[in-house]
Amino acid sequence: MSLPLNIDWQQILLHLFNFAILAGGLYFLLYHPVKSFMEQREAHYREMEQSAQDRLEQAERLKAEREEQLRQVDQEMEQHRAQAAQAAEQEAQQTIAQAQKKAEQLMEKAKANTEREHERMLQTARQEVTDLAMTATEKLLLQSESDPYDQFLDLVEGKESHEDA
Amino acid sequence: MRIGKQKVALISWLLILAALLAGVFLTGSLGGGETESVQVAMKDAVLHDVNRISLFGIKDVNPGPISAFTVTAVLLILAALLRIFVIPHFQIIPGKLQLLLEQLVGMFDGMAKRNSPWRNEALGAYLFAAASYIFVGTCFELFGFQAVTTEGNSIALPAPLSDINGAIALGCLSYLFIMSGGIAGNGIRGIGRTLKEFSLPISMSFRLFGALLSGLLVTELVYYYINLSFVLPVVVGVLFTLLHALIQSYVLTMLTALYYGEVSEPGEKKPKKTKKNRSAQAAA
Repeated sequence: MSLPLNIDWQQILLHLFNFAILAGGLYFLLYHPVKSFMEQREAHYREMEQSAQDRLEQAERLKAEREEQLRQVDQEMEQHRAQAAQAAEQEAQQTIAQAQKKAEQLMEKAKANTEREHERMLQTARQEVTDLAMTATEKLLLQSESDPYDQFLDLVEGKESHEDA
Repeated sequence: MRIGKQKVALISWLLILAALLAGVFLTGSLGGGETESVQVAMKDAVLHDVNRISLFGIKDVNPGPISAFTVTAVLLILAALLRIFVIPHFQIIPGKLQLLLEQLVGMFDGMAKRNSPWRNEALGAYLFAAASYIFVGTCFELFGFQAVTTEGNSIALPAPLSDINGAIALGCLSYLFIMSGGIAGNGIRGIGRTLKEFSLPISMSFRLFGALLSGLLVTELVYYYINLSFVLPVVVGVLFTLLHALIQSYVLTMLTALYYGEVSEPGEKKPKKTKKNRSAQAAA
């Protein structure tokens, strides 16, 4: 049976056969390798982007951690500073108290020494006066042959008259 | 200096025009060497019933299948050369040739993905092959490869798709490919969806045939009269051929991708009517 327009089933099949060869060959030789390469490159870039994103997130996390650590260190430093100031204050108070105590002790000691010295000086002076009196008495006794008691009286009277004058 | 160059260019142009004009008048008496009337030539261009070529001595065929095998051989050799010498040296940052290949593959892959987001791996490859075949096959007629007919005449091989058998083959194959997408996506319902477009193989086949045949007829007509063979073929031969090679490649691939996406789209499953549902509906 002849078809119009010179349509020939056998030649249609020949064309189909030809196109099947072409499509298969182009797919295996060109389309698939090029597409695979493009997909690999896309995956490579996606991986790079993911890696960069991960690193960025890690850096952000580290930054946050470091900031937290810095904040904690600042807090600790502030606490230490406050403690040190308090300790220094206490120590200063103690030192001042000790110094005051020592000063009081020194004052008491000095006062006691002064009194003791005063007593000693008084005693010495008394002793000296006594000695002088004794010496004078002896001299008087040795210079006059009169009764020492009279001489003493005379001497005393003479001194009083001298004071009156 | 500049005026001197302009004078030389002007004189050269006038000499070329004069030579062409002389060629037109001198060859007019030769009668173009036509061995057949324009009616016979036109009819043969459409039907291919006069000039037939022997296919390896097995069968006499139209020139179309010979052109088709030649185009396939050229394309496959080119693809093999690219596969061996170019593709293994692809770089992450592409060069010019790599960019061209990636652009071509990416264009059809993107067309497949845009029009058929569900099943597109095979579609992209089919579109790439079909577009390459149509474009190169149409441009093939520009080269005027010669073949000897069974009657001993020499003819220039035409575009494979200017043969109606080639156009029917590609149109029907595209339709079958669309149907295969429907079956893969929706099973029996996919066949129904494809059969709804029963005119598609005919329209695609005859669109291809008509478009390429019109180009062929214009070219045949121009070359039939030797007086028209100067300057005019640059426009009707090269520009028109390139233009409809591009247009027909785009039209067939776009139509195939559109219909493939349409028939392979997964349909919404209707909820099954159970007894409970029916009784609930009846109560309502």
